[in-house]
Amino acid sequence: MSEDLLRIENLTTSFRIADHYYAAVDDVTLTVKKNEILAIVGESGSGKSALAFSIMGLHTKARIEGKVNYKGQDIVQMSPGMLNKVRGKEMSMIFQDPLAALNPLMIIGSQIDEVLLLHDTGLSKKQRKEKVLDLLTKVGIPRPEHTYHQYPYELSGGMRQRVIIAIAIANGPQLLLADEPTTALDVTIQLQILELIKKLKEDMQAGIILITHDLGVVSEMADRVAVMYAGQIVEIADIYTLTSNPQHPYTRSLFNSIPTVKEVKSRLHVIQGIVPSLKNLPRTGCRFAGRTPWIDASAHEENPQLHEIAPGHFVRCTCYRHFHFPDSTEEVGTDGIA
Amino acid sequence: MWKIIVRRLLIMIPQVFLLSILVFLMAKAMPGDALTGMLDPNIDPAAIEAMRERLGLNDPWHIQYWNWISNAVQGDLGQSFNFKMPVTELIGQRMMNTLWLSLATLILTYLIAIPLGILSGRFNDTWGDRLITGYTYIGFAAPLFIVALVMLWMFGFYFSWFPTGGSVSPGAVPGSFSYVLDKIYHLLLPALSIALITTVGTVQYLRNEIIDTKQKDFILTARAKGASESRVYNRHILRNSLLPIAAFFGYELTGLIGGTIFVESIFSYPGMGQLFLGSIVIRDFTVVTAIVLLYGIATIIGSLLSDIILSIVDPRIRIK
Amino acid sequence: MALLEVKDLQVHFPIRGGLFSRQVGEVKAVDRVNLAIEAGQTYGLVGESGSGKTTTGRAIIGLNQITGGSILFEGADLASKGARKQNNVRRDVQMIFQDPYSSLNPKKRVLDIIAEPLRNFEKLSPQEEMRKAQELLEQVGLSADNVLKYPHEFSGGQRQRIGIARAIALKPKLIIADEPVSALDVSVQAQVLNFLRDIQKELNLTYLFISHDLGIIRHMCDRIGIMYKGRHVEEGTPEDIFDNPRHIYTKRLIAAIPDIDPLQREVRNVFRRSVSEEYDNAYRSHFDQDGLAYPLRSISDTHMVAMPEKG
Repeated sequence: MSEDLLRIENLTTSFRIADHYYAAVDDVTLTVKKNEILAIVGESGSGKSALAFSIMGLHTKARIEGKVNYKGQDIVQMSPGMLNKVRGKEMSMIFQDPLAALNPLMIIGSQIDEVLLLHDTGLSKKQRKEKVLDLLTKVGIPRPEHTYHQYPYELSGGMRQRVIIAIAIANGPQLLLADEPTTALDVTIQLQILELIKKLKEDMQAGIILITHDLGVVSEMADRVAVMYAGQIVEIADIYTLTSNPQHPYTRSLFNSIPTVKEVKSRLHVIQGIVPSLKNLPRTGCRFAGRTPWIDASAHEENPQLHEIAPGHFVRCTCYRHFHFPDSTEEVGTDGIA
Repeated sequence: MWKIIVRRLLIMIPQVFLLSILVFLMAKAMPGDALTGMLDPNIDPAAIEAMRERLGLNDPWHIQYWNWISNAVQGDLGQSFNFKMPVTELIGQRMMNTLWLSLATLILTYLIAIPLGILSGRFNDTWGDRLITGYTYIGFAAPLFIVALVMLWMFGFYFSWFPTGGSVSPGAVPGSFSYVLDKIYHLLLPALSIALITTVGTVQYLRNEIIDTKQKDFILTARAKGASESRVYNRHILRNSLLPIAAFFGYELTGLIGGTIFVESIFSYPGMGQLFLGSIVIRDFTVVTAIVLLYGIATIIGSLLSDIILSIVDPRIRIK
Repeated sequence: MALLEVKDLQVHFPIRGGLFSRQVGEVKAVDRVNLAIEAGQTYGLVGESGSGKTTTGRAIIGLNQITGGSILFEGADLASKGARKQNNVRRDVQMIFQDPYSSLNPKKRVLDIIAEPLRNFEKLSPQEEMRKAQELLEQVGLSADNVLKYPHEFSGGQRQRIGIARAIALKPKLIIADEPVSALDVSVQAQVLNFLRDIQKELNLTYLFISHDLGIIRHMCDRIGIMYKGRHVEEGTPEDIFDNPRHIYTKRLIAAIPDIDPLQREVRNVFRRSVSEEYDNAYRSHFDQDGLAYPLRSISDTHMVAMPEKG
């Protein structure tokens, strides 16, 4: 396959809570190739968004260790000025809530124009306007000249997300981070946006990191998938392997807990307990062990590592070998709060 | 946008009407009338009664109100008993003085509030911010007339940097440049006294707006575009945070009225506020009524201005 | 007889404009909707934003004013004045809200939240009230000693259970659940969905389940209605809707659901293209000149589709 576009090595992002730093992203190592969609899957508190923000250098008050290697340069070590040359040009981001992500007091045209203006494109004002109209057409906005002068609140959710995408692709980035790009949208609009992202990826040959909690979206979009739990990657594999042969107990539980239109389950699997908060995360041993109490403690590794169980398929901890679902999925009534 | 302004102007009509009725009824409710304190006690009560009849003071209240309001609209607010001159003329001179004082105060208020609010909001939870919020707490707690007295004593009497009374030095020639300078010189100390106190609300409001806007998602979008920190502040945070300050303008104006009443008296500045307090003391009711009416109208105009400014700067209101 | 029968329900919202904010038009948020739910069943109302599904639910419970039509609950018309004043209706119909974070008053203890409906309808001594609240907590799978805690001490799934405890406190017959799990993580979502099915059996509850998530709807419902712009476009059993959709809008909606199997990507793409073509070609025969659905017509014992008279 083609060379790595982005290489994340041992990235740890910690937040300060009352004089102590707690790692929300814990020792993550990942690569993204050109023209590849890497999906990062997890529930809230898994650290997936914190990871994306670290890659873009958007955290203002976090301690970041490790390397984020983009084309031979380490983003973690970059000065703010250097970082601003990369952001919006080489790499850009699509956000979850398209209304909140647009400045309510600026017309759409100026918001897209700004990203052209910021990165010395050598275009005149008139050329920039043409480029903005081109971009609006490219993301499928029917009346670009009209939309250029509109304010965000005048557009529908799907149209706003198209504007956000137009901003993200304006300078032809090599890397695109999409943080839950369709969570706020209706299902038919979601499909349109996902297809747009796929098409743009082909056009630009860009690498995409797709952050989502929706396994359906992952199966539609991803080439490879990294599953995150409590700040760590617990499983990485290509999409076909991950959906047909998931190994880590967390991945398997997730697949069993979603209702789908295809297969009607009599009961959904419930993962026991709750995601521990950042402060109360177990820092030693298998972090998922507490949620599978019926699995013997000896099944877990003392210091769980990612094991390559097949080429390109990594699973954390040894507990996957001994994992089985409990005989009965009856858990309601077990989780009072600690 | 024009629709909003026209609608807003139309709303003003019943507001002013209600206000004038209230003011009129309040004046009526005060003990005595125009003839009570004016006349020689030796005059025959029957003659006084005849005079009352002639002046319309025995008419039902709505007729009296109609006479009063139709005169007022034509610029006749009655006679001052104390100064023996038409109220309109009396207020006219002083209104200009008060307007100048208010304008100076407003300028100073924003000159203080905007930089302090921005500093405090941008660098929140630093020592600078704590110092500024500390000042705003003191500003909220300290009564204006005490601050004004301290300012007068310190900068007027002790250091003698500023004049301690009047609106212009005796002998200055109206129209000349030095006359204007002299007026400004007389304005500064009273205006600053009010501004130091009334500005604290705006400082805190701006600070909170900035801290709030800083955490909005579109600020992330701006950073992700590669905008520098200063651009993020100037183009996105400040613009959006200053907008609600415009809406605050009306309240600012209301606060100003209260401010000028005290400060004009303390600095013996010949404005409406000083006249107002003076007229209350000597029961010069025509003057008091007229000034209350004017203050009421000023407040209504203030909130009108706020709404219009807001409708101009906020597209969400402008277009609807 | 159906427990709930909605006939020709209309909910219109005025549009105001002009200099004096006169009413210049109206939005027909719900435009002649009919539905019936048998006791103990779950009826799923599906649609995208603006389809009127939430407004329908809110109108049934009385949170939106009804413009026309009738809502028969156990035969009594809730739309007529006075019917709602009868205590049994307000007890028998309860609602579960979407957002477990904003639907619980943060300043109230769990006890007060759960006991609020009890206080409105039953005169219990404080001891009885406490015992009842603890029972309800245990019924929704939370430990009874949580009764004096505040909402912020609970996770999203636990809060939604507190919301459910409040809804079942008066032993209602009908629960209107408006997107009850869409604010929750997938694993928590499973927990709440399982639980809703358990208490349905236990208390013989009837649900009107409102959601935009077709996977959840299929999992939960006995009967499904698809809404578009305030009208029904199709209604039937889950098999009717998912295996044999007849209206092009339903087809397009189902085709848009992300598929969990990546091996089917190519097949899906071909399928979606053909559905999209069909949608464009058959649009005129499925919608009237205003782009609205026709009235529902039966095509089998269980299956109804919005089609013009002849067709």
